[in-house]
Amino acid sequence: MLGEKDKLARFEQTILPHMDAAYNIARWLTRNDRDAEDMVQESYLRAFKFFDAFTGVNGRAWLLTIVRNTCYTWLQQNRARELMTEFDEEIHSGEGDAWNPAARLLKETDSRMVRQALEALPAEYREVVVLRDLEDLSYKEIAEIAAVPIGTVMSRLARARGRLKRLLCDRIKGESVR
Amino acid sequence: MNCEAAQTLVDAYIDGELDPTGKLEIERHLQECALCSEGYQEQRTLKRAVGAGELRFKAPAELQQRIRFALRREAKAETAQRTVPLRWFTAAATLAVAALAVLVLLPLSRDRRSDDVVEREVLAGHVRSLMANHLADVPSSDQHTVKPWFDGKLDFSPPVEDLKAEGFPLVGGRLDYIDNRPVAALVYQRRKHFINVFIWPAVSGAATGNKAAERQGYSLFHWTKGGMNYWAVSDVEQSDLKTFVDLLQKAAAPAKS
Repeated sequence: MLGEKDKLARFEQTILPHMDAAYNIARWLTRNDRDAEDMVQESYLRAFKFFDAFTGVNGRAWLLTIVRNTCYTWLQQNRARELMTEFDEEIHSGEGDAWNPAARLLKETDSRMVRQALEALPAEYREVVVLRDLEDLSYKEIAEIAAVPIGTVMSRLARARGRLKRLLCDRIKGESVR
Repeated sequence: MNCEAAQTLVDAYIDGELDPTGKLEIERHLQECALCSEGYQEQRTLKRAVGAGELRFKAPAELQQRIRFALRREAKAETAQRTVPLRWFTAAATLAVAALAVLVLLPLSRDRRSDDVVEREVLAGHVRSLMANHLADVPSSDQHTVKPWFDGKLDFSPPVEDLKAEGFPLVGGRLDYIDNRPVAALVYQRRKHFINVFIWPAVSGAATGNKAAERQGYSLFHWTKGGMNYWAVSDVEQSDLKTFVDLLQKAAAPAKS
C-alpha cells in the first residue's frame, strides 16, 4: 500500500504544478473569480481522492478533465439556461462557411476587445480556444479533456474562431462609428 | 485541394495539427488562391491576437496556499483512518500474538466488511449523489458514450447496459469511491426515482446470487457476476428494484477486467 505521505508528495509533484492551467480554464468557464477558485479547490480535492486512478502519463490533461467536469456540473446547476441556449452544434454548423476578409480590421484589436469577445462565446467554443491558444494543448489532449472526438475539436475550434472573428469585427466597426 | 477543404483545414494548419500530406496540399492551394491566402492571414492574425492578449488567468497565491493546506488535511485524515492504535501493543510478545491473530482473523473481518460497511458506503454514495446534485460525471443515455468515458479513470472496464426499452433509462456514469477504491457508478432512472449501480472487480471470482437488504427506507441488492461486484441501490419499491436487477443481470455480457 502506498503511504499517505508518498501519495501527497507524488500528488504535489505531478498535479499541483498545473494550478494555473486549472484556474485559467475554470475562470474562463465560470467567468468569475470566486466561482473559479471554488471550482479549482473542489477539483483538487476530487483529484486527490481519485489519485490512485491516475495512470501517471499526463497530469495536466488528467487534472483539466476533472476541472472541466466540475465546472460543467456547476454550470448545469447554476446557469443551466445559459448552457442550453447558447450552444447547439447543429444550429451553428452553418457558420463560418465563407471567408469574410477582415484582416485589416483585426489588426486594430486590443486585448480588452479580445477578452470581451472570447467571454461572449458559448462555453463549448470558449473552452476549445482557451485550451488551444492559451494553454497550448494539442487537439488530442483537448479531445480527451472534453470527451469528444478529435474531428469535433477541429470543427469546434474553426467555428469558435469564426465567431470570435465576427464578434471582434462587429466591435471594431461599432467603436469606429462612435 | 479546393477552397472549401482549405477553409475547413486552415485552423488545423495554423495549429500545426495537419499531417505532412495535408500540410503540403493546403500550402499549394494557398499559393494559388488569393482569397484563401487572405483568409489564412486573417486566421493567423486572429490567433496571434488571442495568444498575445495576455488573456491567461493565473491562480491567486492565496488559492495556492488554501489548496495546499486542504490537501495536507485531507492526507492526514486518510492516514488517520488507516492507522491502528499502537499503544495497545506494548510488549513484543503481545505484538506477536496480535500479528498471528490478525493473520487468522483478517479474512473474516474482510468478509464482514464487504457486507456491512460496504452496504453503508453504497447507501451513502447513493444519497450523496442525489444530495449534492452530482449524479453523473458523464451525463448520457448512450452506453457507448458512458462506457469509454471510464477508460483511463479506472483499472477495469465496467459493463454498461441501457435498459430504456424496459423502463429504466440510463442517465449517466460517475466515479465514486467505495471499499477503499475508485468504483464505477451507473445511474438509471425509474420514473422520478434514481437507481445507482456501483461496480468494481470482486476479490474472489465466484458468482453469488442476489442479496437483498433494506436500510433507512432504501432498497439494496448485491450480487457478483463475471468477476465484478454489483450493488444496486434506490428508493424505488423493492419489487421494482428486483425487476431492474433481473433485467440487468440478463443483459450484462461477461465483464472484462
